Amino acid sequence: MKPGEFVSLIGPSGCGKTTLLSLVAGLILPTQGDVRLFGEPVAGPSPRIGYMLQQDYLFPWRTIMDNALIGLELRGMMTAEKKDMVLHLLGEMGLAGFHEAMPSQLSGGMRQRVALVRTLSTEPDILLLDEPFSALDYQTKLQLEDLVAGELRRTGKTALLVTHDITEAVAMSDRIIVLQPRPGRIRREFKVPDAIRAELPFAARECRGFRELFRAIWSEFEAMAGEAEGAEKAAQRAGSRKGGSAR
Amino acid sequence: MSGKERKLAPEPAAGKVPEPMELAEIAVKEDIVHADGIGGSYITHSGRTLPRTVYERYIREESVRTRLVRLTQCLLLGLFLAAWETAGRLQWIDVLLFSYPSKIVLLLAGKIADGSLFPHLGMTVWETILGFTFGTALGTAIAALLWWSPFLSRVLDPYMVVLNSMPKVAFGPLFIVGFGPGALSIVATTLSVTVIITTLVIYGSFRETDANYVKVVRVFGGSKGDVFRKTVLPASFPTIVSTLKVNVGLAWIGVIVGEFLVSKQGLGYLIVYGFQVFNFTLVLASLFVIAIVATLMYQAVAMLEQRLTGGGQS
Repeated sequence: MKPGEFVSLIGPSGCGKTTLLSLVAGLILPTQGDVRLFGEPVAGPSPRIGYMLQQDYLFPWRTIMDNALIGLELRGMMTAEKKDMVLHLLGEMGLAGFHEAMPSQLSGGMRQRVALVRTLSTEPDILLLDEPFSALDYQTKLQLEDLVAGELRRTGKTALLVTHDITEAVAMSDRIIVLQPRPGRIRREFKVPDAIRAELPFAARECRGFRELFRAIWSEFEAMAGEAEGAEKAAQRAGSRKGGSAR
Repeated sequence: MSGKERKLAPEPAAGKVPEPMELAEIAVKEDIVHADGIGGSYITHSGRTLPRTVYERYIREESVRTRLVRLTQCLLLGLFLAAWETAGRLQWIDVLLFSYPSKIVLLLAGKIADGSLFPHLGMTVWETILGFTFGTALGTAIAALLWWSPFLSRVLDPYMVVLNSMPKVAFGPLFIVGFGPGALSIVATTLSVTVIITTLVIYGSFRETDANYVKVVRVFGGSKGDVFRKTVLPASFPTIVSTLKVNVGLAWIGVIVGEFLVSKQGLGYLIVYGFQVFNFTLVLASLFVIAIVATLMYQAVAMLEQRLTGGGQS
């Protein structure tokens, strides 16, 4: 991945998308081989990486401000300036005046925005996004996509997004990597045309070329489903012919 | 909130099913039209007045029902005491064994007046408080140890199962010999009743902490100690406080049984003493005091629970 690039990982369940993120985040270490960040093998959670989960997972016993500050607290980076920065960031996300509220008083979209502030608070260079919009309703999801994409572009951060949603991947990324399950590996890579990349995710959906790219990725998914079916049938036929998954 | 201030819903895109939010918007629009149609204001028609009368009527009916329940409860108690009193005075029941309420009240009044009840009461209450607070604290500490070391937890698992199935008061004689016949062995008996179950419940709660909260701490480079302090312990806090409540009841069992076995003071001692001299009025009076004090203690801890967990989450 290049610095400042936005890459999406997409693929059916069980192809190891989330596992790959955990490897990059240093939460699990590879059994074989290594993951390299800025040329260094990953040996544990790096301060240069921010991770955003599928749901907000704000601590219900902490206020919004304390939730947003937990990263600085754990990294031992808490200073008055950083606190101001987090407060400013909360304001930027439309959460001004909510810093004393408890998470249960906020809506799902607001909570996920707090989670975004929490992730950005330690100023990571790379953001790992693990389906961060999947638990939100459609409108909120569209708004947050624009917010996240805008914020990342403005600060020039690198991002790796895992998603199930093809339109989300096309609308947000520079590059899309389609993964394939059993065994997990890269199936195909797509470059997103410049016209789509220039727009924010919501507007990108209206761009020319969006549908074409969507269809191309969709056909990969259909092909994978067909192969899986084929493989199943082949296995049923007592597995006499090896490599029966190919059609 | 006024419905008129809302923006109109955007036209649903062709071929797209309207999202739930859009449906809600459309419903609001229709409501306005309807309200305007009958000439009434939208707010007074469906926003305030009607629901308020319905709500107030519901509150009235509910308070009548509550009063009825309280009245029945008092009536039941009064009937029971009256029947007991009558049966005792008219010798329908064996007075030596069952006594009757006025006799018990007189005995208690006498013991309160000459101050001879309070050393017993104080001793028992003190032992009980020690029992449930230390039981909960020690149980939580052991649970933390087990959480910290999965190896230890696997090693100790069968022992915990055996200890948990044992009737712990059966260890009473051992404690008496070990700690001497006094308050110490009574508190030890109480701890034996409370600690094991506390450990098991709280360790279970530690383990059930959502792995994703742990992940939040771990991605910021948090250590195992951070995970425990920032996630596991606060997440289990409600469980710990509710265990404290359960331990109040268990501590009373431990203390009374302990006092049965060995003591010169305490409500359990009064019961055994009354039994030995065949003064069942004294036994019943002690039971009466226990009922009141145990309920008060339980309510106090329940209130503490409300304040602690309610304050943290609201």
